[in-house]
Amino acid sequence: MPDSAAMLDVAGLRKRFGTLEVLRGIDLTVRPQELVFVIGPSGSGKSTLLRCCNRLEEPDEGSIRVDGVELLDPRTDINAMRRQIGMVFQSFNLYPHMTVLANITLALRKSLGKSRAEARDIGEAALARVGLADKAGAYPAQLSGGQQQRAAIARAVALEPKIMLFDEPTSALDPELVGSVLAVMRELRGAGMTMVVVSHEMRFAREAADRVVFMDAGAIVEEGPPEQIFGAPRHARTRSFLADFGG
Amino acid sequence: MDSSTIFLDAFLNPAVIDRYLPDILKGMVVTVEVALAVVATGIALGLALAALRSFRVRAVNAAIVLFVDVFRALPPLVVILIVYFGLPSVGITLSGFAVLWLVLSLVLAAFAEEIFWSGILSIRKGQWEAARSTGLTFVQTLVWVILPQAVRMTVPPLTNRTIAITKNSALGAVIGVPEILMQAQTAQSFSGNATPLLLGAIAYIVLFVPVVALGRWLETRFAWGRS
Ligand SMILES: Nc1ncnc2c1ncn2[C@@H]1O[C@H](COP(=O)(O)OP(=O)(O)O)[C@@H](O)[C@H]1O
Ligand SMILES: [Mg+2]
Repeated sequence: MPDSAAMLDVAGLRKRFGTLEVLRGIDLTVRPQELVFVIGPSGSGKSTLLRCCNRLEEPDEGSIRVDGVELLDPRTDINAMRRQIGMVFQSFNLYPHMTVLANITLALRKSLGKSRAEARDIGEAALARVGLADKAGAYPAQLSGGQQQRAAIARAVALEPKIMLFDEPTSALDPELVGSVLAVMRELRGAGMTMVVVSHEMRFAREAADRVVFMDAGAIVEEGPPEQIFGAPRHARTRSFLADFGG
Repeated sequence: MDSSTIFLDAFLNPAVIDRYLPDILKGMVVTVEVALAVVATGIALGLALAALRSFRVRAVNAAIVLFVDVFRALPPLVVILIVYFGLPSVGITLSGFAVLWLVLSLVLAAFAEEIFWSGILSIRKGQWEAARSTGLTFVQTLVWVILPQAVRMTVPPLTNRTIAITKNSALGAVIGVPEILMQAQTAQSFSGNATPLLLGAIAYIVLFVPVVALGRWLETRFAWGRS
């Protein structure tokens, strides 16, 4: 049964790469304004799960509803849906040939059809929100990793998505730059953004997550509030995974 | 007559220069016209084919690869002769200029397609994904995100290839296009003196050395732009 109150409702999701079954029947519900943290060993399918949720990866089976709309329905306008599903990548993926502001306004103008002036205003507001008001005219290569990732978050936020997916947003950053990105994510959460975060920042998970989901080998092993997953994990696999992270 | 006088008389004969320099200058104009026309259509067609190839429609891509391979394999002179002397027998008559322009454009398009295509392939997948994740369509992503980066990386190899192919405008001499070499050859046979050929060589140098220098400048300017 689809959960009508859910912002994201994944049911029976399966994905294979050739003969490798990467997602083996994922069920996951994310309610509005919830921050769900996804943890699990490398190769367990976390990225594939996120990428299916905006169809960067084409699932083989199952259902993915975003705010009630079935993403896998061929009649769904996937580009319109993607504007409502912000995605933040480990490697930022800013467009290197454009200024930071142009990175943000491109989709506003070409996909949403905003005027140049309107797009600029929205873009500047988004940059101010992530603390980069003074970097609008800079090129990505002129920014630190942390600034690049915040600009990438601004690019997604500017489209006013209903949900944001973060795939290891701080894994490519020097440790001293991680905090500035987490601060932006904290602010988004405070403003009521619905978020799914794949990350190894366990401290952040403890502090900010509503729910933690532990994945292994293409399946969700267990999920629960952070206190439970980190404090009293039920499954041996969860315990051994967390032990590797110094708990 | 000492040897230097003999040399000057044979290669830099003032009377011959005076008589035939205007023809060589006219030839330069024609060469420039051919070159500009070939660069414009050849590069545009090459870019269009590379863009088309990125849709990855199997039959279309097979046709593009076939076209590219054939035109990269054939000596341009062979194609020029076939088109110039062959087409009239099927009822199509093109001027020498049109044949030269058409054939060199196709040759340049073939090489340019390969260069643009490898540029497109060299753009990291994350660029496509980031753009698509914001709701941009495939075509919008190609036009605004991928091609600007791909074209930037292709500037050095494309410049070199373009220079090499536009120099083939000299093949126009074979089919009566009054470009530099044709003018020089004609003048040489009328005057019985090699001076016009040397003038022709100088004309090529005057035209192409700045282009080669520009190519080198572009190369240093863009070579580091790989990310
Ligand atoms: N495009 C792909 N083609 C083939 N195999 C893939 C592809 N993407 C991911 N995989 C495989 O799927 C599995 C899950 O990968 P991924 O979702 O990236 O895991 P995680 O993000 O948890 O590290 C891995 O074994 C990976 O090698
Ligand atoms: Mg991953």
